[in-house]
Amino acid sequence: MNDSTLTLAAPPRRVRRRVNTLALLSAAVLLFWLVAAVVGPSLMNQGGGAMGEAAVFAPISTAHWFGTDFLGRDVLARVVQGTRYTVGVALSATLLASGLGTLLALLAAASGRWLDAVLSRAIDTLTSVPGKMFALIMVAAFGSSMPTLVLTAAIIYLPGAYRIARSLAVNIDAMDYVTVARTRGEGRLYIMLHEILPNIVGPMLADLGLRFVYVVLLLASLSFLGLGVQPPAADWGSLVRENIGGLPLGSAAVIMPALAIASLTIAVNLLIDNLPGRSARGDH
Amino acid sequence: MGAVVTVSGLNIVAATRFGDMAIVKDLNFRIAPGEVLALIGESGSGKTTTALALMGYARHGCRISGGSIRIGDTEVLALASAEQRALRGRTVAYIAQSAAASFNPSRTIMDQVVEPALIHALMTRKEAESKAVALFRELALPDPDTIGSRYPHQVSGGQLQRLMAAMALITDPELVILDEPTTALDVTTQIEVLRAFRRVVRERRATAVYVSHDLAVVAQMADHILVLRDGAMRELGPTEQIIEAPANDYTRSLLAAAQPKTRDAGQASSAADARPLLEVTGLSAGYGPKDKNGQPATLILQDIDLKLYRGQAIGVIGESGSGKTTLARAVAGLIAPAQGNIVFDGRELGSTLNERPKEDLRRIQIVFQMADTALNPSQTIERILARPLQFYKGLRGAALQARIAQLLDLVQLPAALAQRLPGGLSGGQKQRVNLARALAAEPDLILCDEVTSALDTVVGAAVLDLMAQLRRELGVSYLFISHDLHTVRSVCDEIVVMQHGRKLAQVARVDFERGPHHPYYELLARSVPELRRGWLDDVPAAVAA
Repeated sequence: MNDSTLTLAAPPRRVRRRVNTLALLSAAVLLFWLVAAVVGPSLMNQGGGAMGEAAVFAPISTAHWFGTDFLGRDVLARVVQGTRYTVGVALSATLLASGLGTLLALLAAASGRWLDAVLSRAIDTLTSVPGKMFALIMVAAFGSSMPTLVLTAAIIYLPGAYRIARSLAVNIDAMDYVTVARTRGEGRLYIMLHEILPNIVGPMLADLGLRFVYVVLLLASLSFLGLGVQPPAADWGSLVRENIGGLPLGSAAVIMPALAIASLTIAVNLLIDNLPGRSARGDH
Repeated sequence: MGAVVTVSGLNIVAATRFGDMAIVKDLNFRIAPGEVLALIGESGSGKTTTALALMGYARHGCRISGGSIRIGDTEVLALASAEQRALRGRTVAYIAQSAAASFNPSRTIMDQVVEPALIHALMTRKEAESKAVALFRELALPDPDTIGSRYPHQVSGGQLQRLMAAMALITDPELVILDEPTTALDVTTQIEVLRAFRRVVRERRATAVYVSHDLAVVAQMADHILVLRDGAMRELGPTEQIIEAPANDYTRSLLAAAQPKTRDAGQASSAADARPLLEVTGLSAGYGPKDKNGQPATLILQDIDLKLYRGQAIGVIGESGSGKTTLARAVAGLIAPAQGNIVFDGRELGSTLNERPKEDLRRIQIVFQMADTALNPSQTIERILARPLQFYKGLRGAALQARIAQLLDLVQLPAALAQRLPGGLSGGQKQRVNLARALAAEPDLILCDEVTSALDTVVGAAVLDLMAQLRRELGVSYLFISHDLHTVRSVCDEIVVMQHGRKLAQVARVDFERGPHHPYYELLARSVPELRRGWLDDVPAAVAA
């Protein structure tokens, strides 16, 4: 009790600055990849598909900063082109899954027993469909395109987000301040957005960071099955997969896309963990 | 037989982000063998931290930074951690506040009671069990031979607390630490537990440390009292001296807060205004699905009648499970009555929130027990107070700011608090914000559910003073729900006594001290610990039974 009061009164400077540096650093990495996704491909002088005169699995050189891949293509160009798919598809699918899941969960928690039961059972039904099978059917039915992939990944990861958000929201809903808001006569929307949402947003963001990693993996595995992003285009996951033959040769073509995935996922998670205000609110 | 406990120069620090903060400062005391020392103080005074230190234990983030603790011939702080582990539960035993949280719900009671003896390899399981049964008998537990085979949820809270004492005493410890062992119990249950504790402590001549915030309870148990505040000793003396002739100002203020006192709040306008503000007739309510007669599966309230006039304060008192909170929830519209009706200011109220117009909702406000969960932790105090003003009155801009400042002033909080989050406020401050939010709606009736139960005596007394003052100045009415007869007596004009969901009696203020009353009211009245030695011996045995 005492020490938390003191902490709020005078935040220790050293700690605060370190936290902000981390957040800034990860924000910078995220921004870098976002910019790369938008303007990157137009900046590359070589088309990602061009098979130059360079050797297959060439090491890092001034001509090819990230080396070349199994067909002698420039890996840097391939990674930059893949950004659009990975960041575009994975990030939007995650945002869609977590956002929609949280919203439905808030609705379920703030509404009566009936809507909660209907929503929860309907979403449970989704959980019972194996994710990969579902993706297979979606791609078979609608063809592999970016909207299909985003929607498929969002549907597969929505139940998990809904489950977590609902269990958090139900706990908050039982709090006295929500009861007070109810007796005040507040509407459902106010209770959802002003009383419950701010108190579950911390854990939900942490969950979003994790979920993003899963979506990247799902996309990579779909690409492996030939159902994801179609060649010659490639997301980072499929770049790793198609260059796996270079692993015994210590080729940069495997490591670089893998590093790109790592840097993006770590940046997303670090940024979320160090968002300003989280420590002040004492989220767990 | 207990050992001598000597503590000298004890210092405990908590590691915070800007260095160490002293939470126990240079404490010195000595307990003679077989004596009981009480540590008393408000929350945050370091009393539990001190008690835990006697086992050589500091809570996470805390560190014993200096001093010496001797139990018998053992210097506790010089022991290696393995030796300290051997000491805990064997030489020193600890009885925690909430027995319900301290028992493992998936193992039988006997398994857990004999565990300390088995861990320290003092006796075989068979010997331990027969010793446990003897202890159960000594602690006046029912069915001592078979109670051990039950699970924790199958016995009552008071019994569980005594079973925990059995667990602590099975190794014949030289020092027993009792940390607020009866705080979570009802007054009538508290008596039997206190009696059982005192008997075993006296018969075994064990040295004991009794941690509590309740002076009246401590007066029954302790030989000496040590008053702590902010980790420093304020006063140490024999129990009689502390109660009769306290030397320290702080001890005096503690005693003053513990004394029953009547807060005059002006008389209700019952004579002038013949129509009651709230009239409850034949109210029944409960939980669970309704059968074909419209009766819920679990009926909590049965046939309640109640009249409350404008400006009046009515206390509703009963033990846990008596249905007093359900009554408040039914009046607030949180659960629909199964039978009966609630008439507010001449009009019948809708049974659920959706059926009540906004104006009815505004006129009845509810204030909850746990200020921690009653304030949204992600909203500033300003936002919390602004919402009812915007919602009911559509206030904006400067008028809104002015009203918020006025409300904070009304509940005696500094205006600077408006920008803080609830996490940065103390318990008493939170409860004041809680009240201010209810007052923002300018209600006619405030339902108070145990508003002071979670607060320290001194802080609670200040909140009660404030509530009485608000009633004088604003003329609001209270339906005041509490398990504490002292609290209810001090602020209410009338007391409604409830048991098992029924109203047993209604007692007016003039009759508080005059009998005869309903036997259950008498029982409750007698069960409230009094601030004098020997009260526990004077309470008739019938009460404790």
